[in-house]
Amino acid sequence: MTSLSPPANKLWWNEPIEKTELLWISLVFVWGLVMTFMMPFWHITGDQNLSTETYRTTPEAFLAKAQKMVDKYTVRKDGPRQTPVVKPPAGSDVYLVARLWDWWPSLELQKGQSYRFHLSSMDWQHGFSLQPANINIQVLPDYEHVVQFTPNKTGEYSVICNEYCGIGHHLMIGKIYVVD
Amino acid sequence: MDNQQFRVCPDTGLKFFRSAEALMKANAVAAVVFLLVGGIYGLGVGLTRWPAVHLLQADQFYLALTAHGINVLLFWCIFFEIAVLYFCSSVLLGCRLAAPKVAWAGFALMLIGALMNNYVVLQGNASVMFTSYAPMEAPPLFYLSLILFAVGALFGCFVFFGTLVIAKNEKTYEGSVPLVTFGAITAAIIAVFTIVSGAIILIPTLAWSVGLISHIDSLMYRLVWWAFGHSSQQINIAAQIAVWYAIASIVFGAKPMSEKVSRMAFLLYILFLQLASAHHLLVDPGVSSEFKMFNTSYAMYLAVMASMIHGLTVPGSIEAAQRAHGFNSGFFEWLRKAPWGNPTFSGMFISLIGFGFLGGITGVVMGAEQINIIVHNTLYVPGHFHATVVLGTTLAFMAFTYWLVPILFRRELIMKGLASWQPYLFGLGMSGVALFMMGAGTLGVPRRHYDISFSGTGGIVHEFPAAANTLMALNGLSVLLAVIGGASFCIIIVGSLLFGKKLGENEKCSVSMITAPPAEEAYEGIGKGPITVPGTLVLAMIFFVSFAVYYFINWKYLAETWGIG
Ligand code: HEM
Ligand SMILES: [Cu+2]
Ligand SMILES: [Cu+2]
Repeated sequence: MTSLSPPANKLWWNEPIEKTELLWISLVFVWGLVMTFMMPFWHITGDQNLSTETYRTTPEAFLAKAQKMVDKYTVRKDGPRQTPVVKPPAGSDVYLVARLWDWWPSLELQKGQSYRFHLSSMDWQHGFSLQPANINIQVLPDYEHVVQFTPNKTGEYSVICNEYCGIGHHLMIGKIYVVD
Repeated sequence: MDNQQFRVCPDTGLKFFRSAEALMKANAVAAVVFLLVGGIYGLGVGLTRWPAVHLLQADQFYLALTAHGINVLLFWCIFFEIAVLYFCSSVLLGCRLAAPKVAWAGFALMLIGALMNNYVVLQGNASVMFTSYAPMEAPPLFYLSLILFAVGALFGCFVFFGTLVIAKNEKTYEGSVPLVTFGAITAAIIAVFTIVSGAIILIPTLAWSVGLISHIDSLMYRLVWWAFGHSSQQINIAAQIAVWYAIASIVFGAKPMSEKVSRMAFLLYILFLQLASAHHLLVDPGVSSEFKMFNTSYAMYLAVMASMIHGLTVPGSIEAAQRAHGFNSGFFEWLRKAPWGNPTFSGMFISLIGFGFLGGITGVVMGAEQINIIVHNTLYVPGHFHATVVLGTTLAFMAFTYWLVPILFRRELIMKGLASWQPYLFGLGMSGVALFMMGAGTLGVPRRHYDISFSGTGGIVHEFPAAANTLMALNGLSVLLAVIGGASFCIIIVGSLLFGKKLGENEKCSVSMITAPPAEEAYEGIGKGPITVPGTLVLAMIFFVSFAVYYFINWKYLAETWGIG
């Protein structure tokens, strides 16, 4: 009898289980519990838990809010696209627009301060990918996702796109500067 | 019964019904052809992502990536799985195939769908990747082609179920179905669920692309799409594990360690795997943490448990059989004395190790709700699934094909020397692809990305760590090795079908195609003390420790990044 033929013992469910199997199943089951426990545990003790605060929005409404922020807090223009660099007050709402094919505007943040980022897309799906911090969040049209970030190192960060969004996907890049 | 309806295989004693035989051949050949096509696109993609080579233009790259994903993930895997379903029903149960005409209609639909899809993608305005995330839009024919393919596959599943019913009614076997057939049933049940989810998402999307529906919600699309996309991977896993058990029996005459455990583990797949699809939405807006945690832990870890059980019982059944055959000394004599030159065995064993160590561990780790933040949509993800669906599923299917060609097509394999090397070439190349992509992903390199040097942005660039470029170059070299391995497979198989020495209906192959199971008494007293399979237990412990260490390392990585709330 092999695995290719019907079980020799018709009452196979009455056969005892091998010791090795029992040992392994118990170990794996406990490991599953440990892994299950880790997620709520991190919600309580960890500093990296993605908020699920989400609102319905429209591209126009979201862009209008971002524009307001840009009008109020722009400190300079940046790079070949003359992107406004916005320095919002610590703790404030920060709007980052994803669109074909850039992240708008650039931002200047303070290390150790928290900001409420609002992420939404004007068109297709995009992937907010903050490098080198390596934080990756899906960005969808019509959804406004509010995530709080607390930069822990100064420096120049890039927001690249890691959800394929058409032929200009690899041109989509924005900047975040973290200063003391 | 009419003797013209079947033949008895001189090598294995299995009954091959004419109706099933031709269908298995057609599906297997189609599978290999689409693997070849998809592999060529994979080469183009891999060489483009090698920074120093950067082979294709951007539009060609995205086109090739779309075509690569669809041809290999859908067409190669599913055509092959249909052949496996017919094998596990008609051949293993010694029964005629239910409704061969329906099966042929299914095959025709799948073939039309697959050809149409390649045609549409090649036109150049359907480079939307296999996920085709709305609201990005492809021409209607793109969705239609996938629907046709899926409906064809559904026909195949129904023929499979019908065949089980016939076997039961005509009493062609006694007692319960064989374990391998049970695995195939698991795959087919999941396939039906998958195809229904696929219909729920693709039909409205088709209607939207022709203008009948004005809006498709992007999040809803992702939720339903992944109910389809995720469970389609469970078809692969169930089929691949059925093939592992089959090869263990073919090469070693192995029997399951215990029927109950192995069958329960398959059952867990059906019960829980489809639920785990939320691990694709862990960093999406609008999905609650409770849902994510429930969906990944309750649902996923029980399915993970199932895979880990198979990961023990498959090598365990081999070890027990080898020990019963007399290779009973030490911990690993059974493994050392295994037929490493037989590609059916080596392919299967590399598939097992690669799937577990590279694919399984990484999949569970990145499926933890918070860890996903540092992984989502980086190259880590394709790194992971080239370990599961390529090193695991594809290599297992390749290994099985080496055995099927003489048995089913009655042709000797050509280039046996190359064949015995092929699993190593492909396995090593693909392990490199998986590992180096995962490494680059850990450094933040995005997936599906044409140019990580950002040369076209007019000066706004991001510099990845230097190691990222090195890893991408190593990935490029591994791609070459994997492609050599993959091409060798296609050449050997297609070559054998065309030029392999023909075997008469009752003529035996030059090599033994199946090993007789050891006598039941030979199983007595094997192993060390109460542990019958000590070697497997050691391997399992090494696996477990690697898993646990790597799991906590990733929490540590996560703790180092910005605060996220
Ligand atoms: C020699 C063979 C292969 C090579 C060299 C190869 C290489 C690659 C590379 C370099 C990528 C691109 C990653 C990216 O830029 O995002 C990729 C993507 C992919 N590969 Fe493969 N691969 C091979 C075989 C396979 C097989 C056999 C399968 C499935 C059974 C497979 C499934 C996929 C899928 C689903 C994607 C993702 C496509 C997407 O992101 O839309 N590959 N492959
Ligand atoms: Cu984008
Ligand atoms: Cu993009």
